Amino acid sequence: MNSNNKDIDILIQLMAKLPGLGPRSARRAVLHLIKKRDILLSPLADSLFTVAQTARECVTCGNIGTMDQCDVCADPRRAIGQICVVEDVSDLWAMERAAVFKGRYHVLGGVLSALDGVGPEELRIPNLVSRVGDENITEVILALNATVDGQTTAHYIADQLEDMGVSVTSLAQGVPIGGELDYLDDGTITAALNARKAV
Amino acid sequence: MAHLAVRQLTLSHFRSHKRAVIETDGRPIAIYGPNGAGKTNILEAISMLSPGRGLRRAKTAELARVPETVGWKVSAILESLGHTHELETSFTGDGSRTVLIDGKAAPQIALGRLARVVWLVPVMDRLWVEGADGRRRFLDRLAMSFEPSHGEQTLVYERSMRERNRMLKDGITDPSWYGAVESQMADAGAMIAQNRLQTIARISAAQAIATTSFPAASLTLVNADNSEIIETADQLRDAFADGRRRDMQAGRTLVGPHRDDLNAIYATKDVPAAQCSTGEQKALLVSLILSNARALAQDFGAAPIILLDEVGAHLDADRRAALYDEICALGAQAWMTGTGAELFDSLGNRAKYLMVDDGATSAIHPIP
Ligand SMILES: Nc1ncnc2c1ncn2[C@@H]1O[C@H](COP(=O)(O)OP(=O)(O)OP(=O)(O)O)[C@@H](O)[C@H]1O
Ligand SMILES: [Mg+2]
Ligand SMILES: [Zn+2]
Repeated sequence: MNSNNKDIDILIQLMAKLPGLGPRSARRAVLHLIKKRDILLSPLADSLFTVAQTARECVTCGNIGTMDQCDVCADPRRAIGQICVVEDVSDLWAMERAAVFKGRYHVLGGVLSALDGVGPEELRIPNLVSRVGDENITEVILALNATVDGQTTAHYIADQLEDMGVSVTSLAQGVPIGGELDYLDDGTITAALNARKAV
Repeated sequence: MAHLAVRQLTLSHFRSHKRAVIETDGRPIAIYGPNGAGKTNILEAISMLSPGRGLRRAKTAELARVPETVGWKVSAILESLGHTHELETSFTGDGSRTVLIDGKAAPQIALGRLARVVWLVPVMDRLWVEGADGRRRFLDRLAMSFEPSHGEQTLVYERSMRERNRMLKDGITDPSWYGAVESQMADAGAMIAQNRLQTIARISAAQAIATTSFPAASLTLVNADNSEIIETADQLRDAFADGRRRDMQAGRTLVGPHRDDLNAIYATKDVPAAQCSTGEQKALLVSLILSNARALAQDFGAAPIILLDEVGAHLDADRRAALYDEICALGAQAWMTGTGAELFDSLGNRAKYLMVDDGATSAIHPIP
């Protein structure tokens, strides 16, 4: 029991499931929302409702947006022949925040890991291969984490693309082992992109 | 005066020690006290200042003092080549142990760049007669003292080999996927093999020019199947690729540096280490540790921190005296244990003494 009220308890319990929030901070957040009903709670509810209806994966790259094609894929100015391959949507958003990369993305949705039961079929690798053929791609930039699994995935993709006449490069290893793209600051991402090298 | 030394060591809820602070000066540390007093626990705490599971290879949670089991913490002020660092490693009850270096969170592996620690413990008395694992671990610890990135390479190799072994067991056949995993194994594996060979070369060179009372060993890196040691990444890549079918039948990887072994021959007698007397086997180990220290003093500028648990056992009085002389001459910070103070008689006032008492909690008494 959190608040003595069933509806509010449900809200607290749901909020407590969000990353970074626990029961205590969820209670504080809910109380805050209720106090700011007009400027926060109602708009939040509307926004949640809208996004719940419309959010979806981009059919091309796997980014999250509200249309079949995400904003990046829909923008013709980003068809510059470069695809940046990332592990997760959060990595794509980190790259976008840094605002240095002008091409398009491909979200794998994970990395190869036999130990975790993730094989090539579980990732969006076949789609990547067909995009490289279909979209006049000249360079595929691998922005995968410097973990063992991330690097295995990079090798695998490079091998899949070997005979496709595309250059495969990788972000410079300024990214520490186990360091995740999402946690890097914009300057580091920019430097890593500028200093990318052939795989 | 040691160039690499723990200046102050603090144990908190670490095994039998509830809280203990040990101050050191430039001298080696001789720790004595009855069985079960908590002497080895102090050495184990220091070993946790380097990457890995420490000198008992214990599980992290096991180190937490019972009955409290509130986790544990080891912190130290480390002096390294004129710089002072604060190291702290602790475990709070879940996850793995965390590391702070100068107050900043750091990966465990980063400890290896600062605290070069090597050790001899009584279970290693059987090192030459038991399986290759122990010898490989011993060699890797020495290799890491020369080349801290050896630890990283080992992690990468082990992780990618576990991947490959799982793929073999799962009957995966995708050659491109194997190629990706094997490529990482090959890169890391070649570095591992080279580091090991270089370690052996450095130790052998140090042995050759040292005046020491300890026997020289002719060391070689050998392979489990007596095949050639594979030193280059390309050769390893080929060996893994060629071995897929055979490995799939075995359900694990049968070639690579995880199958290498350290071979030692008692040089003056031309007798394999495994066939030497108990005391001779121990003397060989001491000899390697001392040669490692000499080589590191040259390469890195300081001898490593040396943990010698019950090193007096199996060594006669002359050998013991010689060991103490050589440690003092090297300027290495050695932490040595023994049940009685008399084991350190020949060390005299060249060491700092700690007497450890058994009780509800281990108590440490510095001896003036
Ligand atoms: N997690 C723990 N909590 C509390 N006590 C522990 C823990 N782990 C080990 N001990 C105790 O620590 C005591 C001292 O161990 P240690 O190995 O340091 O003794 P020692 O002084 O080296 O003895 P010996 O001379 O027999 O080698 C042992 O009695 C052991 O039961
Ligand atoms: Mg002991
Ligand atoms: Zn898209």
